[in-house]
Amino acid sequence: MNAIVGEKLGMTQVFDEEARAIPVTVIKAGPVNVVQVKTLAADGYGAIQIAFKELAAGKTGRPMAGHYGRAGVVPHRHLVEVRVDNPEEYTPGQVLNVADVFEKGQKADVTSISKGKGFAGVMKRHNFKGQGASHGAHKVHRAPGSIGACATPARVFKGKRLPGRMGGDKVTLLNLDVVDVDGERNILLVKGAVPGPKGAVVVIREAVKAHG
Amino acid sequence: MNTLDHIESAFMRDDIPEFGPGDTVRVHLRVVEGGRERLQVYEGVVLGRSGGGVRETFTVRKISFGVGVERIFPVHSPIIHEIEVTRRGDVRRAKLYYLRDRVGKATRIKEKRY
Repeated sequence: MNAIVGEKLGMTQVFDEEARAIPVTVIKAGPVNVVQVKTLAADGYGAIQIAFKELAAGKTGRPMAGHYGRAGVVPHRHLVEVRVDNPEEYTPGQVLNVADVFEKGQKADVTSISKGKGFAGVMKRHNFKGQGASHGAHKVHRAPGSIGACATPARVFKGKRLPGRMGGDKVTLLNLDVVDVDGERNILLVKGAVPGPKGAVVVIREAVKAHG
Repeated sequence: MNTLDHIESAFMRDDIPEFGPGDTVRVHLRVVEGGRERLQVYEGVVLGRSGGGVRETFTVRKISFGVGVERIFPVHSPIIHEIEVTRRGDVRRAKLYYLRDRVGKATRIKEKRY
């Protein structure tokens, strides 16, 4: 399984052969450096650590500098580990480009951190219906309503959906279409929206649940 | 040029004439019917343009069999074969939504004099 790390640049649209407008998210993906290879024999599982976005000299602490130094890679801002079935095919210091990992028409899974929404009510956070705009409703238009019964069970059940912090979660979208890959400019276009603001770090993996 | 503009520029058309709200345009559309392509013309008054870059669209209003019809086209869509500007209108606002509330004589638009 292949993967790459990138930065969300924003959204736009492109036209396909049948002149349909396709909404796309533009991701500056890679190039990434392989920093460490974990093998079944040595670590009990197969994975690679890949680094994205070079850092200026002296921007890392010495432990991290040593970790990168062992692979002969300059320190990067983001270090991500992804599971692979065949770690033997990678070597530390190797550079991966988008064009090596993805091609047009493939399916991809995209992981990133969603935009923080702050303390959100139940309508926004859990898609509750809220209450009437009229018919005598007073100050309860967006309220959750009843949160349980009375003397039995005399408590609120665990996991009851209530207002609270929303967003800022790690979200993975499955099976997004790869609309285009520009190997020269390290640009990846995926169909539809991707979690997070512009500039968010996204991990793009080959689709794990793609059919056919 | 930033990356998004670069991607959009690949899909932007440079063969679209300048036109704006109040202009009367004939939009020649590619229509695929049963495997063969033909051109269909849609003519009307431009109510306004909205959006920017490759996502820009324009609204064309016409009266068809006594019923007001509005179609919104992406400016850079490949289905547009050609846009002909048949009349330049002299209007004072960017969006001519007030035309929706008017019928007959009241919908006339002054022609632009240079």
